Amino acid sequence: MQESIQYKIFKVFNVAILLLIVYVTLYPFINIVAQSFSSEANITAGNVNLIPKGFNVETYKVIMADSMFWINYKNTVIYTVVGTVISLVFSTMLAYPLSKKRLKGRNFLVMFVVFTMFFNGGLIPNYVLINKLGMANTMWAIVIPAAISVFNLLIMKTFFENIPEELEEAAIMDGSNTYGILIKIVLPLSLPILATMMLFYAVGHWNSWFPAFLYFSDKELFPVSIYLRNMIKGAESSLSAGATSADNLNQISSNIKSVTMVLTVLPILCVYPYIQKYFVTGVMLGSVKG
Amino acid sequence: MIAKLVKAYSVVKGEFNVQELAKNTTTQVTVTESKWIRAKKLIQKDWQLYSLLFLPIIYFVIFKYIPMFGNIIAFRRFIPGGSIFGEEWVGFYYFQMFLNDPTFFLVMKNTLILAVLLLVITFPAPIIFALLLNEVRKKGFKRFVQTTSYLPHFFSMVVVAGMVLELVALNGSINNLVEFFTGNRYSFIQLPEWFRTIFISSDLWQTTGWGAILYLAALTGISEELYEAAKIDGANRWKQTIHITIPGILPTIVVLLILNIGNFLNVGFEKVLLLYNPLTYETADVIATYVYRIGIQSASFSYGTAIGLFESIIGLILVFGANYLSRKITDSSLW
Repeated sequence: MQESIQYKIFKVFNVAILLLIVYVTLYPFINIVAQSFSSEANITAGNVNLIPKGFNVETYKVIMADSMFWINYKNTVIYTVVGTVISLVFSTMLAYPLSKKRLKGRNFLVMFVVFTMFFNGGLIPNYVLINKLGMANTMWAIVIPAAISVFNLLIMKTFFENIPEELEEAAIMDGSNTYGILIKIVLPLSLPILATMMLFYAVGHWNSWFPAFLYFSDKELFPVSIYLRNMIKGAESSLSAGATSADNLNQISSNIKSVTMVLTVLPILCVYPYIQKYFVTGVMLGSVKG
Repeated sequence: MIAKLVKAYSVVKGEFNVQELAKNTTTQVTVTESKWIRAKKLIQKDWQLYSLLFLPIIYFVIFKYIPMFGNIIAFRRFIPGGSIFGEEWVGFYYFQMFLNDPTFFLVMKNTLILAVLLLVITFPAPIIFALLLNEVRKKGFKRFVQTTSYLPHFFSMVVVAGMVLELVALNGSINNLVEFFTGNRYSFIQLPEWFRTIFISSDLWQTTGWGAILYLAALTGISEELYEAAKIDGANRWKQTIHITIPGILPTIVVLLILNIGNFLNVGFEKVLLLYNPLTYETADVIATYVYRIGIQSASFSYGTAIGLFESIIGLILVFGANYLSRKITDSSLW
């Protein structure tokens, strides 16, 4: 079939537009990397766009020598690992029974869970509750309330539903109980979905900042996102007057902020090429049944 | 959903009848009784399956449903350190308070404007992007563009805000460009008239690529035969897009639109909190940031909760309304 001349022209424009989108998408990141390796004088003069000017790695050395940066970085790693493990265990424990047609009250439970997607307690009742439970200034304030994401749960439930019933029936014949079936049959068959869920939750916990901002006053507990937040918002103490006054927006040099940003996103960037396809599969699995 | 329910019901009923026949039970009373006994026996036999539910259900009750009922403090006096459900009824006192609060109407207006802009600009963007990508025949190029486009989705909001602040800073790249054309530099982040532009364009940057994934998945599901048939009828690529491609992804669009409308007032509170400052409150302050300042920074818990509850209820009405309308009009719906 011959393509019309208009369509050929469109295709050229299309490629140009898409390349422009790629450029715009990558630009802010490249700009930050360039600023992180530039001298502050050049940044202030507005010389730094895509290429570092006045090459400088001193700031990297300074930030990496800051013990608070490493304490906060370590916290992020701990919160991510603990949070992801809790999330995976809880989600499996809920998704597996919900995937079974024989479960009494299944439809009610699904509604019970899904309703929380559309109506939640809101900021203040949650805040009051966490404080009442004595969880403020502990790791639990940020990992427990975020334990189950209903969206992820539904993806998992759909996956479990599609595991052939016969496999489990065979295991029952062999005398396995439900726990045995779950651990020896269902979970090994669900490795792709478990990997996807692990990544979803891990990135969520890695990037989370607001709960920590809300519940932590102790600097030693901050994740690195709060370290960065306090830096970009002018380094005032996190829970004071709240919004920053305009004067101190530029208190900390762009160079230092850029270095911290690069160091924060580096782990995500390193694993990104390998993991992004799992995310895409995960989203598509979720779309099979909403 | 309803079909599923009916099916589940008939399955249960089917088993039930078989059992009844085997037992040879006759009277109506024993039938209803044995239903409960049967359920109990079923749970006893299958206790391991039910035991798995224990912790997650406790989790949902404590961390989702208790805060939901905690909204009762919008109608009750609350003392910090006292009961999380408040001390005594005050009726609609706090609701009257915000109806007399000029700031409430300002943040309501700002929220609505941002929400409409998000719906009109940010919602269609992934659809257009997916349609453009769909016209690319070279697999490698397509994958490259797509993989790049959803990179910003993986950045923490703090990093996104940091990048935005650097880009629009006095010495940042955008000002470099602006100076080249106009000779002036502007402190965009301190100018209220620029906040919405900054907010929406950074949202486009962060969400368009990721949002396109579901549409691209839906696009691959459209049968090639439809296109072949259209070609034979002489339809060009534009006509094919209008008559085949867009109807093909319409159910996906509808479902995502409903989800979006449910979150209509939920305009990216974390980003506003990171990007706004007192100089831009006039356009940047939204309901959620106001609730945060009132409720947590000024410790007016009940007042903040009343405003938050008002927002949640509107959200709930919107999602049910959108779902109802979509079921009536297009046949695609969430439930």
